[in-house]
Amino acid sequence: MESNEAHSAIVSPTGTWWLPAGKQETMWVGIAFVWCLILFAMMPFWHFRGGQNPSGVRSRVAPSEFAARVEKFISDYKVGEDNGVPVVAPPAGSDIYLMAQMWRWYPVLRLKQGVHYTLHLSSVDVNHGFSLHPVNLNFQVVPGYDYGLKIVPNKSGDFRIICNEFCGIAHHTMVGKVVVE
Amino acid sequence: MSAMAPALAARFRTCEVTGLKVDWHAETLLKVNAVVAVVNFLIGIIAAFGIVMTRWQAVHLLPADLFYRFLTLHGLNMLIFFIIFFEMAILYFAGPILLKSRLPAPKVGWAAFGLMTLGMVVTNTMVLQGKADVLFTSYPPLRADPLYYLGIILFAVGALAVTCLFFATLVVAKRERTYEGSIPLVSFGALTAAIIAVITLLHGAVIYIPTLLWSLDLMHVDPEVYRMVWWGLGHSSQQINVAAQVSVWYLLAALTVGGVVVSEKVSRMAFALYILFISMASAHHLLVDPGMGPAWKIWNTSYAMYLAVLASMVHGFTVPAGIEMGQRLRGYTRGTFEWLKKAPWGDPGFSGAAMSVVIFGFLGGVTGVTIGTEQINIIAHNTLRVPGHFHTTVVGGTALAFMAVTYYVLPLIFRKRVAFWGLAKLQPYIFGIGIVILAMSMIFQGIFGVPRRNWDISATGAPFQIEYHPVVQLFQATMGIGGLLAILGGLAYILIAVVTVFFGRPFRLADSHDPSGVPPGVWKLPAQMHQGAAVTEAHRTGTRGTVILVGIFLACFILYYFANWKMLSFAWKVG
Repeated sequence: MESNEAHSAIVSPTGTWWLPAGKQETMWVGIAFVWCLILFAMMPFWHFRGGQNPSGVRSRVAPSEFAARVEKFISDYKVGEDNGVPVVAPPAGSDIYLMAQMWRWYPVLRLKQGVHYTLHLSSVDVNHGFSLHPVNLNFQVVPGYDYGLKIVPNKSGDFRIICNEFCGIAHHTMVGKVVVE
Repeated sequence: MSAMAPALAARFRTCEVTGLKVDWHAETLLKVNAVVAVVNFLIGIIAAFGIVMTRWQAVHLLPADLFYRFLTLHGLNMLIFFIIFFEMAILYFAGPILLKSRLPAPKVGWAAFGLMTLGMVVTNTMVLQGKADVLFTSYPPLRADPLYYLGIILFAVGALAVTCLFFATLVVAKRERTYEGSIPLVSFGALTAAIIAVITLLHGAVIYIPTLLWSLDLMHVDPEVYRMVWWGLGHSSQQINVAAQVSVWYLLAALTVGGVVVSEKVSRMAFALYILFISMASAHHLLVDPGMGPAWKIWNTSYAMYLAVLASMVHGFTVPAGIEMGQRLRGYTRGTFEWLKKAPWGDPGFSGAAMSVVIFGFLGGVTGVTIGTEQINIIAHNTLRVPGHFHTTVVGGTALAFMAVTYYVLPLIFRKRVAFWGLAKLQPYIFGIGIVILAMSMIFQGIFGVPRRNWDISATGAPFQIEYHPVVQLFQATMGIGGLLAILGGLAYILIAVVTVFFGRPFRLADSHDPSGVPPGVWKLPAQMHQGAAVTEAHRTGTRGTVILVGIFLACFILYYFANWKMLSFAWKVG
């Protein structure tokens, strides 16, 4: 099946050039294809067996409505203040709310290790980026959308929330706090 | 040709190196588009200096407002203006010039060039005046001056006209029988780039026109819908770059070492896969967004088969295999790697293309597919890993390939000897190594959670302090050094290109007694056609050097990919 002609990529191929590929090329295409199937299969697999998925409970929410939920959440479970930001200690298993706003994360969350919460993220103005530091969990925070993520803190400590989506001139000062006990 | 009107015939010259018939309009449009591309590249480089010297916290050069303005300027001028102007030049080459055809309706080409330049100037003016500090992505509700969006629309309309002109050229060339058989592979690759460009520019129209109206308070734009459609432009345009860059790899393989097409069928199918499996590439950017569910994300990331990734992996084999086979046909048959050792590493056309293949594949492809995986994106989204990744694809891959081909465009199209030839031989190495150091430093910082698009990661004035892992400081310094090296390489490229175009010594094939300033492939074009028993033998021997290289590549890919799953598994449970 091998051709006795070879030309470069700037030459117009004439005659029949739709010929079976060589053995090595065919083998590489096969191996690469199998690898691509594995790349795909890992994603559904992790939904069944893995602990970290970005699924969440997703819904639309008006910014004013989300702000009202955050205020209610704070008044229900507020335990103090830290640098002028309310500190909230919600019960295990509850819905917890974090509001992104130019340029703060509101409120400070005090959580317990090893129990689950449903963390609701939304913005009341522009796009923001939730980045839990130093765990390095990152989610997009979009105004008008409520992203409810079931989280289980696996370590105690003092964590930060960095905004990692550009949100205006004081973007770099938008740092929040999570304490896990 | 005999039937050609004298006025039309006068438009053509015959290239004394390649024998191609070149239309004056195609050639001149190629030149002006390439020159404006380099001007945009210069703007982008100046902005890059401000950005990298600010993100390096030890230097922290710019104030916050200028930093974000420079970042907007850098993204636009590099990723849109430089690259698309250069791709317009490639379309003029791969269409009328490679097919030895006239350029139909040259006035359209000139009007499109005018429109694109106007759009570019309007948008850049808005950014420089501080009326569009919205970064390259301009996510609403961040708002820019309406003229900012209008400029981009004008630019896109111009680019769309040039791609239509390219399609028209294919029709004209076919009808006027300027070539026999099928169009060459390089033209076929450019055709796929042009088709993807149409898809991309339509996404651009669908998103920028409503956004322009929104900026005039005439309609509402949903922030999440914007992100989805905008990335239909933003990511698909990278697929234009990939198709154009792979075409340039094949072109440079042909010109520098007489690389052959091992299988037309395999290479063309791989190009076709780019068109078929890229349309919803925006999904990669929305993997941790609240607007879409997991089924949508997984399906649109992979179409269950990752065939666009497969396409790049195929080219990653066929390009080096074509070079290996071409070199073997030229007599470099000893051992497994003589073809590679005896390659013209002092020819910037070759060294640039070779580094582009390696950087794009090993770093760009591997990191991109990995962080573009639904769950792994959780530990990568909007960290410095993301720009780290795309500086290895679009800069170390595409821009470096375009620089490499410039060293052939200067003598063949501008008919000038390349100025500062000694520097030119080093330039791809300086730029390539700089970009690799820069990008890897960004990737490592991203792994430690350092955000992208952030003026001050020490968070001065924030209510709570952030402490990064101490190793971040080291990568900050290497990022600065790599960035400076890449900027020097970029400035060297601009210096060489500008001096050559405006003050260069003319190049004539007869003056070969002084070879300086002209790549070896131009002085003596390697054989582009081989026939007979030697070819049969070459096909039978195969390309075992390439087989080993792609084996190493796949091993690195698998290792990096699963290391990231392992890293992810340490994080908090989330779902």
